[in-house]
Amino acid sequence: MKPIRAELRTIASWIKPGSRVLDLGCGNGELLSYLQENYQVTGYGIEIEQNNIVASIQNNINVIQADIEQGLTGFEDNSFDYVIMTQTLQALRNTDEILKEMLRVGREGIVTFPNFGHWRSRLNIMLGHMPVTKALPNTWYNTPNIHLCTIKDFEDLCTEKDFKILQRSIVDRQHRNRTFNAFLPNLLGEIALYRIQKSVTNP
Amino acid sequence: MSNSMSDSAQTTIPNDSVGIVSPQTHHFAQAIKLECGISLPEFDLIYETYGELNAKKSNAILVCHALSGDQHVAGYNSADEKKPGWWDAYIGPGKPFDTNKFFIICSNNLGGCKGSTGPMSTNPKTNKPYGRDFPIVTVKDWVYSQTLLADVLGIKKFAAVIGGSLGGMQALQWAIDYPERLAHSIVIAAAPKLSAQNIGFNEVARQAISSDPDFHDGHYYEHNVIPRRGIKLARMLGHITYLSDESMRAKFGRELREGKINFNFDTEFQVESYLRYQGESFVDKFDANTYLLMTKALDYFDPAKDHNDNLATALDKTKARFLVIAFTSDWRFAPERSREIVKALLDTNKPVTYSEITAHHGHDAFLIPNKDYQDVLYSYMKHVEASAK
Repeated sequence: MKPIRAELRTIASWIKPGSRVLDLGCGNGELLSYLQENYQVTGYGIEIEQNNIVASIQNNINVIQADIEQGLTGFEDNSFDYVIMTQTLQALRNTDEILKEMLRVGREGIVTFPNFGHWRSRLNIMLGHMPVTKALPNTWYNTPNIHLCTIKDFEDLCTEKDFKILQRSIVDRQHRNRTFNAFLPNLLGEIALYRIQKSVTNP
Repeated sequence: MSNSMSDSAQTTIPNDSVGIVSPQTHHFAQAIKLECGISLPEFDLIYETYGELNAKKSNAILVCHALSGDQHVAGYNSADEKKPGWWDAYIGPGKPFDTNKFFIICSNNLGGCKGSTGPMSTNPKTNKPYGRDFPIVTVKDWVYSQTLLADVLGIKKFAAVIGGSLGGMQALQWAIDYPERLAHSIVIAAAPKLSAQNIGFNEVARQAISSDPDFHDGHYYEHNVIPRRGIKLARMLGHITYLSDESMRAKFGRELREGKINFNFDTEFQVESYLRYQGESFVDKFDANTYLLMTKALDYFDPAKDHNDNLATALDKTKARFLVIAFTSDWRFAPERSREIVKALLDTNKPVTYSEITAHHGHDAFLIPNKDYQDVLYSYMKHVEASAK
């Protein structure tokens, strides 16, 4: 997962040093390891795949083997400063429930996902095919991505669920924040990063 | 001291074995006050060691044994011994608990029957075996007695305390009672306390033993008998709880010994034959009074009880880093029970890693070679090695 390396820098820049972080679907533990070493962050990764558990241990993070689809029942309300979920949203079954859980357990949530509204995806569909792009490399029959969304879709969900968007970054695959992304983000952005919070009126 | 290999055995002992090992016994001439209020005026602890203690005495690992385990955790006590120690698959040169890197100790728990002071030992007051008069021992008592052994060996802090099942509970108790004396606590296939079902199984096992006419209220040594039927039944029952339905099905199914039903009460199914054999072979290896004591120690284990039944509070003062491991098919101490430990550690912001290993062997999985389990241990032990420097 090449994009994650570049994502690290953006996510790290959003995080206050010394915070307590929960990383959902932490993969090989690369992000937490980076945050621990450079930002004095403490926390845990949650991961389901056995190989990733071993890789996370090798990366010296605290990793908990669990299925995040089962919810975060092991975690108390507001027990983390940030709950992070990178490139996992689109592969979840209960996407909206998990977002709610994130914001129950964390004071803030950070979410990243591939933008299905990117022009390449749209072009593919216009030409009659499910998109296979560098950001979405799988074909329709073997993709783990069952809940793909566009930037607009995600922001609509945030409005509906009363999640407050604190920060947003729309980038290309190399995580360059090109100026044209700001004009037509849903058409030109490949990766979306959001920092969100549950609205105060709806705790 | 421990891992010299005799010439005659070289052909049969594998290269990754610690080789021929001999247990050692330390006599403690001091009294030890137990949690139940009773004191033993003096006591022995028998233990085995593997590998070399480094100059800083920082590379020691303590292994805690389970209900029917003992100090013989790896290698062979003699060239004729058919099977190596009970955790030989995991302890040895190049194995997850690598004897090239660590000095590994395992002692027989107080109340045991393999050389540490227990019901078979002579009661200095009566000059007869303690028998049923041996006081109730707890996991806390074992941990305390092991700190005394560590003092004798000059070990101020263990790089890790490790155990499976009852041994895992002991590793947890270590972290709670002596936070300064271990860097890592590795808790495998354990639980924060027994459930009613667990205690129920233990009670049936105890009843099997104490209702045997040869039990003589625990003083069977004087009658030169052992409650064979009782121990055998207790072991058969226990054995079922160590296996999973799936592994029993795979191993025996409904296979018949003679290929047909004979309409009688002989041993007809293979599983009956297996359980009888397991029970029978345990009778001469294990003392009934020790079995009673060990099951009681299990039942009483509940570190949260001194902290308003709050495990998180009990763990609040711990300083070790934790590795908790459970096995998917273990129903004796199911993964849910390990998750209770993990949750309590998370609630108090303690460093913990948890792995739930897919294995179909049931509770026994912690003793059996399994690649995922080994990979987790190998990678975690690098951190133990780092803290042993």
